[in-house]
Amino acid sequence: MASYEELKKAADKKWAELTGGKKPWIRIGTAMCGHAAGAYDVLDAIKAKLKDKKIDAVVSETGCLGLCYAEPLLDVSKDGGARLFFGNVTPEDVDAIVDDYIAKNVVPKGKALGYLAGEGQQPIKGMGDLAKLPGIALQQRVALRNGGNTDPGDIFQYIANGGYSGLNKALSTMDYNAALDEIKNSGLRGRGGAAFPTGVKWSFLVNNTAPKKYILCNCEEGDPGAVNDKTILESDPFTLIEGLTIAGYATRSTNGFVFIRHGHNGPIDRTEEAIRQAYEHGLLGKNILGSDFSYDIEVALTGESYVAGEETALMEAIEGHRSMPRARPPFPAAFGVWGRPSNINNVKTLSYAPEIISKGAEWFNSIGVNKSKGTAIVCLNGHITRPGLYEVPMGLTIGQVVNDIGGGVPGGKQLKMLQTGGPLGGVLPASSLDIHIDFDEMSKAGAILGSGGVIIGDDSVCAVDLTRNLVAFEQYESCGKCFPCRLGTTNLLEIVNRILEKKSRPGDLDLMRSVGKTMQAGSLCGHGQLGFNPIRSAIQHFEADFEAHMTENRCPTGSCDTPKYMPITTRPFSMEAVAERAGD
Amino acid sequence: MTAKSPMAGALREQVKEAIQSQKRPTWTVLSSLLAIQDAIGYIPDEAIEEVANHHDTTTNEVWGVASFYTNFRFTPPTTHTVEVCWGPTCHLVGATKIIETLHDELKLEGEGDTDDGLITLRYNTCLGACAQGPVMSVNHRLVGRVTEAQARDKVSSLSKTKAKKH
Repeated sequence: MASYEELKKAADKKWAELTGGKKPWIRIGTAMCGHAAGAYDVLDAIKAKLKDKKIDAVVSETGCLGLCYAEPLLDVSKDGGARLFFGNVTPEDVDAIVDDYIAKNVVPKGKALGYLAGEGQQPIKGMGDLAKLPGIALQQRVALRNGGNTDPGDIFQYIANGGYSGLNKALSTMDYNAALDEIKNSGLRGRGGAAFPTGVKWSFLVNNTAPKKYILCNCEEGDPGAVNDKTILESDPFTLIEGLTIAGYATRSTNGFVFIRHGHNGPIDRTEEAIRQAYEHGLLGKNILGSDFSYDIEVALTGESYVAGEETALMEAIEGHRSMPRARPPFPAAFGVWGRPSNINNVKTLSYAPEIISKGAEWFNSIGVNKSKGTAIVCLNGHITRPGLYEVPMGLTIGQVVNDIGGGVPGGKQLKMLQTGGPLGGVLPASSLDIHIDFDEMSKAGAILGSGGVIIGDDSVCAVDLTRNLVAFEQYESCGKCFPCRLGTTNLLEIVNRILEKKSRPGDLDLMRSVGKTMQAGSLCGHGQLGFNPIRSAIQHFEADFEAHMTENRCPTGSCDTPKYMPITTRPFSMEAVAERAGD
Repeated sequence: MTAKSPMAGALREQVKEAIQSQKRPTWTVLSSLLAIQDAIGYIPDEAIEEVANHHDTTTNEVWGVASFYTNFRFTPPTTHTVEVCWGPTCHLVGATKIIETLHDELKLEGEGDTDDGLITLRYNTCLGACAQGPVMSVNHRLVGRVTEAQARDKVSSLSKTKAKKH
């Protein structure tokens, strides 16, 4: 098996060939955003065109650069020069890109966004420097450092860009305690929502001497409006695999699982390919890089169920059962998946580990503010000019992200609300733009960073209508184990519905508060405990919207006066279906 | 759950094959069910029995898992699947109109299969491309920033295809 130095040498050689300019290198983002914008049609067109023109070029599918609004995003680097980016590319644009730019070095007007120059590379004449664009300049990419730059299906590109130097450093110069201390000292906190110090969490597992111990990586990410974890897996699965391996070393674990929802084939396929390549090159399996550390990783799939993202429900799903939460204690570190000690981490959390080990705790500590170290990945979408997936240092204000990076609300409308941290995170008023992206400051303000989704609503949005959408989601996704959640979400939806239909009854707001209180007290997991959040925050910040529906029988925005379909889907094995089967 | 016809025998073989050809190291009731859903598009009674046999558990237990996750279906699949997102982002940027258009075009009132057994409509809580909302998918190909006219076109071009025999 090759040593790290040999792998690095081979990787550097391959990277130099790719970027050296012998052949043009065309990179196109085919993560989910690019996919939805039509990247695969562009990919087909460019391959056909190159074949037709007999041009020998390298075409790579890459991940996400963060600028989702400009997808499909394609760039060309040639003759060892800077990368020229084209945005919102259609198959029709391919002719100009190939005939003019690749063949004749003429920059086609209109579609070219600008260039990104590496060290020692010259600017492209007549084009702007994308590095100065707020959407790139204000980003500081750590977990997503390779997104849009490297081919997620090629381990050598990852290694050439510093990949596996962290694991190699840990295995060759640090004992597992030193690796754990590095993570502790970095101040890294969990990115799944609870913001628990990662090093402390890992230390729960270290002293357990069980022969099998598991690190579970949670990429269930059912939150609508947030695709951060899946994007990491699509853009750079190796950083997660390396991070998960480091976590295994620091906690003396034996196995890792990457837990993804069935049907998200992009993240699943790219992760499985990354695992395969890591095994192939001795970076997983027995005696990794010649050390005495052995570790195995596999992908585990869950069916469609939001609650499967809860840590104990996740363990149930890995065991193949219904993803319903377990009572705690016993905690996972003592009794986890298959009764063995387990530790659950979010994809983002683990994806920081390689850089922390490689560059040191001090370096990570220098990014961010207060007790929130490192970066936050914000999935900005909704009524916003430049939606995207932006990795920014902690400590920026929400306003900087929304206005400077995102370009504010389009169409001359005003910002009305922000919905952060997934459906259970609640809504914030426009006045919250001054809040800093900081775990503790946000939670004090009654919001959570959670999964990193920030959905923007302009002044045409009815708060009751958005609340109904969030509550409908909760009701649909309640796993049904705890009755306060199962019945409570159904009851809340019923009440929000009748408010929306202007058929509210006196005392409905108090009734909802009382249901919410019961859910919080009587549910095993966050789904029920936090389930009242959207309504609580909506009533608090947008009382006028509720009042107008309840007392004046009108919607102040006029936006919910249209006929509504009801997005309720009963679980497929409904009571009707049970009755029908019984009659067979 | 009786399955005596030769067709049903073939189905049982397909189910067994799907269970046996799983590539990931860890096999569970859920992983086997997902493998069958991927291979034949639904979970027939034979699958419940074979999964129970393979994992040495009861059909009751297997039904429990299969009925819990919303991605399983229990009748043979149609030829095409159209999914439409109703998550909050897509909702804000116009998903309701897209859903109504699809209902209208497919003559459905909610999720379900068209009368000719050609197209299945499903709601999805998040298709994963929020910046491109509203999003729908046609046979797992995502379509972002979809307009009502595009939604109608996509579906009507599917309607002209022939139903696949199962």
